[in-house]
Amino acid sequence: MLQNAISNNPFSTIGRWVIFGIQETGRIALFLTSGFLNIFSRPANISRIFEQIYFIGAKSVLVICLTGAFTGMVLGLQGYYVLVKYGSSGSLGAAVTISLIREMGPVLTAIMITARAGSAMSAEIGIMRISEQIDALKTMGINPLRFLFSPRLAAGLISFPILTSIFDVVGILGGFLTGSLLLGVSPGIYFSKVESSVVMSDINGGFIKSIAFAIVVITISCYQGYYTHRQNDFGAKGVGLSTTSAVVRSCVLILIVDYVLTSILL
Amino acid sequence: MKKPLIQIKNLRKQFGGKAVLNGINLSIREGEITTIIGKSGVGKSVLIKHIVGLMENDSGQILFKGKPLKKMKEKDKKTLKSKISFMFQGTALFDSMTVFENVALPLNEKGEFLKKVINQRVRDLLEQLDLYEIDNKYPSQLSGGMRKRVALARALITEPEVILFDEPTTGLDPIRKSAVHRMISDYQKKHKFTGILVSHEIPEIFYISQHIAMLDEGKIIFEGTPKEIYKSSNPVVVEFVQRLGSETERATGLSSQYDLSERLKREKRHSENQRAIFSFIVLTIINMEETIKKVGYEESQVALKNFIFQINRCLRDTDTCSRYDLDKILIVLPGTDSEIGKIAYDNLAKRMKKERILDNNNSPELSFAVKAAFAEAEEASIIDGIETNNHSEVVESFDIYIQ
Repeated sequence: MLQNAISNNPFSTIGRWVIFGIQETGRIALFLTSGFLNIFSRPANISRIFEQIYFIGAKSVLVICLTGAFTGMVLGLQGYYVLVKYGSSGSLGAAVTISLIREMGPVLTAIMITARAGSAMSAEIGIMRISEQIDALKTMGINPLRFLFSPRLAAGLISFPILTSIFDVVGILGGFLTGSLLLGVSPGIYFSKVESSVVMSDINGGFIKSIAFAIVVITISCYQGYYTHRQNDFGAKGVGLSTTSAVVRSCVLILIVDYVLTSILL
Repeated sequence: MKKPLIQIKNLRKQFGGKAVLNGINLSIREGEITTIIGKSGVGKSVLIKHIVGLMENDSGQILFKGKPLKKMKEKDKKTLKSKISFMFQGTALFDSMTVFENVALPLNEKGEFLKKVINQRVRDLLEQLDLYEIDNKYPSQLSGGMRKRVALARALITEPEVILFDEPTTGLDPIRKSAVHRMISDYQKKHKFTGILVSHEIPEIFYISQHIAMLDEGKIIFEGTPKEIYKSSNPVVVEFVQRLGSETERATGLSSQYDLSERLKREKRHSENQRAIFSFIVLTIINMEETIKKVGYEESQVALKNFIFQINRCLRDTDTCSRYDLDKILIVLPGTDSEIGKIAYDNLAKRMKKERILDNNNSPELSFAVKAAFAEAEEASIIDGIETNNHSEVVESFDIYIQ
């Protein structure tokens, strides 16, 4: 009875959560370190890395272009009506570009990849776990992290910055579409503001963010799938929970990391 | 006696406070097939997963060639792992890879072989296991039996020293079960690997195993040869072997050795005042390997089943016919001395020569070369000691061909 009272105490619950959080962070850190170091182990995993670049990168291009275009169009539309009030509609190009390169591009790209590829990765690895395919790798003397996680991490580190760049460029063109072609901002002014407003540190910042998001999304997605068997539910339900958890945790962490990096980079 | 390759000493494992392995002691001898039997859920799979390192024991030791696994250096562990293969109960094939990629994976990952060599080895092995034209198919496109054989191919491709099979025939029909057992046995004879099997397939598993261990309530309650298990007085062992043997009988239509013994004992009781004589005929199919090469594993098992079925049809109601070993059939003729037994056999051979073993008209011409050996006895216990070639009561040996 005393034990029940102690375990139901709110402080105990908070304590349990804190301990769980620290343990989980430690496990994720070890998972990431091991996966990262295995990228460079021999024999090289080149074909598997290319396979993943195709899956994470090439297959996401369409959805990134669509999202980028509409984000840029909305920014152009919103930005125009705000700027026109202050008589500075000519700065639309700068507003759209800075917003995209510094914030919207990296964040929305990462969220879109989480939805498209992160969830799939988590489900795929989760199914491999429950159908003993990961155990089969171990019995063959194959390091499962090297086989499953490292190529995805390498592919993510390559694909995220490229996709973010595509998002930014398409977004800027989307802003041009609404700002110049629909609302009448001079194309020359729009693009000259794009050019003059962006400095190298903005671009670097965007890339740093996209690399950080790649690490977050790929690690969380693979980690959730890899440890599907630790979920409270087993089988297909467990895989479902892992996938949901991968998407939710990745999205939340993207926003937290974005805030932290923005405050450091500014 | 062969030296133990793997020794398990006082191994214990608990799950949520429940002891699944409660002080296991077991020796796995080199170059033999050891089968672990036991009821469902007693921890057979858990035990072999400890051997391959998929699970960590709470206490106790596993020794490989006398060295404790836990105290081995990482490098030695890696070397050891490269010598061990594991065939999972659910096959654990990679569903996003083709059959070819699945089988080639262990070799590809080793990075020691040229692509050309790997391709050749995989193709040869798939052919040997009756797996034709499925290289580019995915596991989900295959039947259960084929998936098991692909998993077997993946386990065999590295030519390991030790292979662990976790219920390799679960979910297969009796013919495919026999075919898989036959494949395991043939490869074991060819490559001399040490096999550790978890199986329920009694009595068939006894034909391919040299050593049997029965697990019950977390302990090994029997360890010995397949012949010794029939002599065990432990009621749990007797009940288990008898029950599963009878289940097999229902599935295949063949009598188990237990049933045979019981029947002979009954016959003897019925003729208490008379001299109870039995004639035994052991038929050995001497060209089984050749038959497998001709028609494949599954078809050869169909042929064997049909062959036994035809024999059964030609026997008297009181006579019994059962499979005695992988390629041996035992016929028991109660109340018959060896002279009449031989006459009965001549008649049987004449009738059998007219029968066609395989229903499939497209199959190549097939014949079973059968060597027959006779024995006469007054006690049912002689069944345990019958050896076709060297039993003193063998009186004749000849071949019959059945087209």
